[in-house]
Amino acid sequence: MTARDKFSVIIRRAWADRLTLRSGPAPNELYASLHPDFLGSLPDICEMIVRSFHARFVTLIPVDERADRNSFRVYYVFSIAREDLFLILEAPVNPRHMELPSITAHIEAASYFEREMNDWFGITAFPNIHRLASHPDWPDEVHPMLKDFDLRTAVPRVRGTFDFRPVEGEGVFEIPVGPVHAGIIEPGHFRFSVAGEPIINLDMQLHYTHKGTEKLAEGRRPAHVVFLAERISGDSAFAHAVAYCACIERIACMEIPQRAIVIRTILLEMERLSNHIGDVGAILLDVGYAVGAATAFHLKEQLLRLNEILTGHRLLHGMARLGGVTRPIEDTVAKRDTIRSTLSDVRRTFDALIEWVLSTSSVLDRLETTGILTQKDALQLGAVGVAARASGVDRDLRRDHPHLAYPFLEHRAVVQKGGDVFARFKVRVDEVAMSIEIILQLLGQHSGEALAAPPAVLPASTCALGYVEGWRGEIVHWVMTDAAGNIGRWKITDPSFHNWRALSLAVRGNIVPDFPVINKSFNLSYSGNDR
Amino acid sequence: MLKVLRQAFRTGILTNRFPAVQTVPPDGFQGKPVIDFARCTTGDVCADACPTGALSFARGHKEPGTKMDAAELILDYGKCIFCGECMRAAPESITVAAELPPATAEKKDLIRRARYQKDKHKRWEIVEADSTSHPSGQSAENATSAEILGASVREAVYKLFGRSLHIREVDAGSCNGCEVEITALSNPIYDIERFGIHFVASPRHADMLLVTGPVTRNMAPALKQTYDATPDPKLVVAVGACGISGGIFGQTYASCGGIDSVIPVDMYIPGCPPGPEALLRGILFALDRWPGRK
Repeated sequence: MTARDKFSVIIRRAWADRLTLRSGPAPNELYASLHPDFLGSLPDICEMIVRSFHARFVTLIPVDERADRNSFRVYYVFSIAREDLFLILEAPVNPRHMELPSITAHIEAASYFEREMNDWFGITAFPNIHRLASHPDWPDEVHPMLKDFDLRTAVPRVRGTFDFRPVEGEGVFEIPVGPVHAGIIEPGHFRFSVAGEPIINLDMQLHYTHKGTEKLAEGRRPAHVVFLAERISGDSAFAHAVAYCACIERIACMEIPQRAIVIRTILLEMERLSNHIGDVGAILLDVGYAVGAATAFHLKEQLLRLNEILTGHRLLHGMARLGGVTRPIEDTVAKRDTIRSTLSDVRRTFDALIEWVLSTSSVLDRLETTGILTQKDALQLGAVGVAARASGVDRDLRRDHPHLAYPFLEHRAVVQKGGDVFARFKVRVDEVAMSIEIILQLLGQHSGEALAAPPAVLPASTCALGYVEGWRGEIVHWVMTDAAGNIGRWKITDPSFHNWRALSLAVRGNIVPDFPVINKSFNLSYSGNDR
Repeated sequence: MLKVLRQAFRTGILTNRFPAVQTVPPDGFQGKPVIDFARCTTGDVCADACPTGALSFARGHKEPGTKMDAAELILDYGKCIFCGECMRAAPESITVAAELPPATAEKKDLIRRARYQKDKHKRWEIVEADSTSHPSGQSAENATSAEILGASVREAVYKLFGRSLHIREVDAGSCNGCEVEITALSNPIYDIERFGIHFVASPRHADMLLVTGPVTRNMAPALKQTYDATPDPKLVVAVGACGISGGIFGQTYASCGGIDSVIPVDMYIPGCPPGPEALLRGILFALDRWPGRK
């Protein structure tokens, strides 16, 4: 009995009157459609799913299905890790009411998703009504993700102000920062409330880099959207592209050649390596350890150059394609030797670097007990990836929902308990070692010749998830095809969207000068969050 | 401490000698598509394969005095993300060169066009085309003579900025890919500070804005304010396909398109993203152009 069958039986027994089950084209997705009369019990059902199945909220996907079904649908995706199953609860929304109950009271992690839905679709998850994605100069009644909103509409600016949470009291000051920051990083606005040095509260306004990426894909050919996926978050180009490709491949039930699976896995780990090492360097730079930073940045440059030698692009653009990969990376002895020798160089120097760091008390002093994200907060906010694993939350899609070559690698997640900057630093250090091991292990395997499955025509109005564990955390995409087999709806969930709130909790009580290093230790994507 | 010193001696000097010595891109580098317009007879096949609209095939420009179908094929390196899809769709007429197009001061220098008409076999036949080589201009000359470039730039920087140029980087909505490469300029290999160029924290300290795009609707006011806050005289360099034209994101409710839709731009650096050496070269070009600026 598959996990899908097992849960079908349980759900039918408990909620036969409320939920109608159907399966998607992908074997580990189970869709449960909520009867419109029971919309009021949505929060309770979500809570029951989480509690009785040990499920975890992954993402929320509003879809304008007025053309097909004369209503909106909101899909709540839950992961049941032990069983490798995604349970997807589907709630109908009446276009005349545009409202459904909020599940945030039970599942805090859904809060930002609901607010973004309110902004982009005009569907209110009552009473979670505050703006998130739309800036104050955006008119109230305009919702860009509706099908009858034209992509190229010029939307007028209206007057409005940011709705920050005020902190009042004697000696409390506000420090506004951004959107143009002091360093070479992405834009976002932070509002610190401080009393002396310690931060009492951090509010933020993001979505400065909102580019309408999800909307841009609608109606386009699936093969073209790969290039858009590469540009969701520049440092996770390959991971996003593979997550997107996985959606299409699962919709079309494509068989991906073994060799493409191996190459994809190697490249994902290459992306993890260069970013983790770059982050280690950036953290060291922010605490003033210049020699460590310079060493790490040199290593990162070596890895980006290796990317360029193997794929023709330093950030791995152009490698992912529907059904597989564009070119081989391990086809000659010379290339394999280059990979091996570069990685062994990197490993040697990186190990030495970490040894210096661990014996330099002035560095450790800045990293330890700084910016603590407690395990309780991480769980409640639904933190993912490095940030979650550093707070003792054992969460890694590579093991929980094995994909690509990870099922064959007996992957174990790197978990640290501290929750501070140092814990996030150590998770990265351990994952660097692990990535090198994974790449070397996969490199020795012979895995056939074919690089990609033949192209397939996509069925109409079909949907599937696609996911990978990117270096920052889990990347989950969801695609529904339109009547012509093109992209009808594309939902992108970047790990940063889960983790930004975790950052604002982690900085509380810390001094303002420690904010840069705490921020760097999370290293969240603005563009991935804003899309 | 001793270990660190020992490692430092063992490592030696890592910094490369750009621009005197330029890195040769490896085989298979995803560079610019080059069209042999004369061999392109398939009409819109390559344009149809292009995900960004950098290649477009516009019909309907009737030749005066004829009744034949006419069309224009346009390749815009300012929109190109160098994905190579056109080459895969029309391999007989398109190749991919192992380099990016050089930075230019004029957007039109990034465009190649050819006009076609249908012959009696209903095949597209070329009428006239731009040459496939670089357009003539200062940037192309500089590109071929790195030594001269290095010397002239040093001179220009020294003369104008007292041996230092301060850059404020502004992300006006990019995917962060360009930022990865701009950050790399400060690593020990490229070490941009050896040119007397520094990244500064505030536009008030800056001589140049290095802007990545597309300019999102939400960043447009901030970009304008940053520009206004930068003291004159100032230079603006637009980075990457998105910075030049909006790239794959184009112009939508959320994106205003290229940087020059909001503030004036002095230099355009194509690429998606342009690598560190391409960025450096573009920044150096921009300085050289300074005296002629209106």
